[in-house]
Amino acid sequence: MKKFVLLTTLILSILSFSLAQQNTFTLPSVTLRTLDGKTINTADLLQDSTPVIIDFWATWCKPCIIELNTLNDLYPDWQDETGVKIIAISVDEPRTMNRVAPFVSARGWEFEILLDPDGQFKRAMNVVNIPHSFLIAPDGHIVWQHSGFAPGDEELMYQEIQKLAKQSNE
Amino acid sequence: MKRLILSMAALLLLITSIRGQQGLAVHGDFEINSQFYNPDSIIDAKQPPQKIAANIYGYITLRYNNFTAGLRYETYQNALLGYDQRYNGQGIAHRFIQYADTFVTVTLGNFYEQFGNGLVLRTYENRALGFDNALDGARLLLHPAPGIYLKALIGHQRYYWTDGPGVVRGVDGEININQALNIDWKTGITLGGSFVSRFQSDDNPVYILPQNVAAFAGRLNINRGFFNLNAEYAYKINDPSADNFYIYKDGSALYVSMSYASRGLGIILSANRYDNFSFRSDRNATGNDLLINSLPTIVPTHAYALENIYPYAVQPQGEMGISGEIFYRFRRKSLLGGRYGTLISLNFIRINNIDKTPRFDGTGYASRFLVPGKDIFYQEMGLKLEKKFSPHFKLKAKYVNLVYNKDFVQGLVGYGTVWANIGIIDLTWKINSHHALRSELQTLQSHQDLGNWIMGFVEYSISPHWYFTIMEQYNYNNTHINQPVNYYTGAITYVQGGTRLSIGYGRQREGIVCVGGVCRNVPASNGLIFNFSTTF
Repeated sequence: MKKFVLLTTLILSILSFSLAQQNTFTLPSVTLRTLDGKTINTADLLQDSTPVIIDFWATWCKPCIIELNTLNDLYPDWQDETGVKIIAISVDEPRTMNRVAPFVSARGWEFEILLDPDGQFKRAMNVVNIPHSFLIAPDGHIVWQHSGFAPGDEELMYQEIQKLAKQSNE
Repeated sequence: MKRLILSMAALLLLITSIRGQQGLAVHGDFEINSQFYNPDSIIDAKQPPQKIAANIYGYITLRYNNFTAGLRYETYQNALLGYDQRYNGQGIAHRFIQYADTFVTVTLGNFYEQFGNGLVLRTYENRALGFDNALDGARLLLHPAPGIYLKALIGHQRYYWTDGPGVVRGVDGEININQALNIDWKTGITLGGSFVSRFQSDDNPVYILPQNVAAFAGRLNINRGFFNLNAEYAYKINDPSADNFYIYKDGSALYVSMSYASRGLGIILSANRYDNFSFRSDRNATGNDLLINSLPTIVPTHAYALENIYPYAVQPQGEMGISGEIFYRFRRKSLLGGRYGTLISLNFIRINNIDKTPRFDGTGYASRFLVPGKDIFYQEMGLKLEKKFSPHFKLKAKYVNLVYNKDFVQGLVGYGTVWANIGIIDLTWKINSHHALRSELQTLQSHQDLGNWIMGFVEYSISPHWYFTIMEQYNYNNTHINQPVNYYTGAITYVQGGTRLSIGYGRQREGIVCVGGVCRNVPASNGLIFNFSTTF
């Protein structure tokens, strides 16, 4: 028990010290899978100098589907105006992982889909509930994040993307 | 254990001291799930003596260049009803340090891992199930070239607040031939293989039990154009256990899934056969304890409440199933597509037991590989339609016909088979740029077991912060009780960035929550629910 108190104190002090500093963030290095079975490291997701939306979803998650359908309708305009890239990370487990490709193609989603079947990336990004979206700047910073989806959230997301795109161009 | 915590703390200190002004990233998440319980005799809901229960989790990771250290603190004061009460208490349930670059990843401490589809090894955490079978030991992952990886691991599994008695050793390798040879074939081929062995000493005074139990698996993924094939076969040497009533029989598992995915059309065909394939790091464990593998079920996760009254749980001791699903989208501006297109999907699932002929030589039974048994465990036929009528109005409708062998699937006696029809209508109305209303009307009709259900659900959302939810489930013609019962709940949720806060009140029905083969019994309850989660 004594040891535990000691450890907690230690960690909390480190934490408070660290949080007081500038918190630079680079994407954790985790291996994901493409729909055609290739492996890809998350470090390679930020190669282009454009804003990236990373969105965690699953085939069984209703608000996730509503969100991705909405984003898919807006995606061509968003790309033209800001160059934003949307990457949808499926956290479907092995039982539904093989449904992802047909599920996506039937809906005609245009964004990149990656598989995270054992949830390594989800855990590394500290995602508790899905959908959960992150806006990442080209240097790897998380600029904005949002848990859940209510219709209308896409406008907030787009405002943040525009802000970031404007900053990058300056 | 103590030494590891201390060395991790030392490493954290080291990281703190060596870092400059930048480069250290601290992230984490925090979650509270709590409930105040009222007694409610109508639904037989109990009030525990302490009246309040809470499951609380805090996870913190520190990343500095290639190093990551993390720990998760958990406290159950006490565990929510329906969670295993052996969790009661608090402590550091998960801690690790990791070095990762593009060639090598080394993890010491607790970790989660999955080989292939999980037939021989899968460790994961699922808080909705109260499930965590993390390994505690060491893992090495090598990426010698693009498209090739090798994994090796050793450790004991989490067993509530201690480790299980058996040690798990495993290796896994995979090669994507196109990536590895850097060739541009139209056909993509990935091959993989796993070996997992469990050691547990033989402490049985009567039987001679195998102390080392090995399981092997081979897998193949082929894709060409719109086609994809994923197949895995696993074999396990005899492993007398509480699950199989201590028979000396080898086990096998086969999982095959094929898909076709072109624009507007998706087809999935899956088949499986599992025979005597439960694999745990303690041969005497039962329930959800110390599972090493996770057999994927061919039943997809259901999204609607009444579909989840009869959830399927995979049967590792023997099941054989097939499933097929078609998605088709009628194009925009076609006759059936209307202005925005229409999506329909059709599915069929059938799962039987395997053929078994009893034998009395210690191997339990003989089974013919391609012959299904006579008992139906589960059958589902479904039709689903999704249609957008305008930018503001979307409709989903679903019909499901279900056959559910409650005795086999849930391991009960006297409930028999349930035949049910389920109908669902789901409407989303975007009122203006921030306000939206989503509503569901569902019904389940059955002459068996719990009888009939009607459910209404309304959620009013104000983007980006507020959700107001009301749900009513009405149960009538229940064969176990004489009177109809109302299950009503209301909740208010507030979201700010990565933070979510929810307060609800109401009655919850008794039932089971299943994810794959792992299920949790949820007792009936009445009370106030408070949930909170944040990501930082």
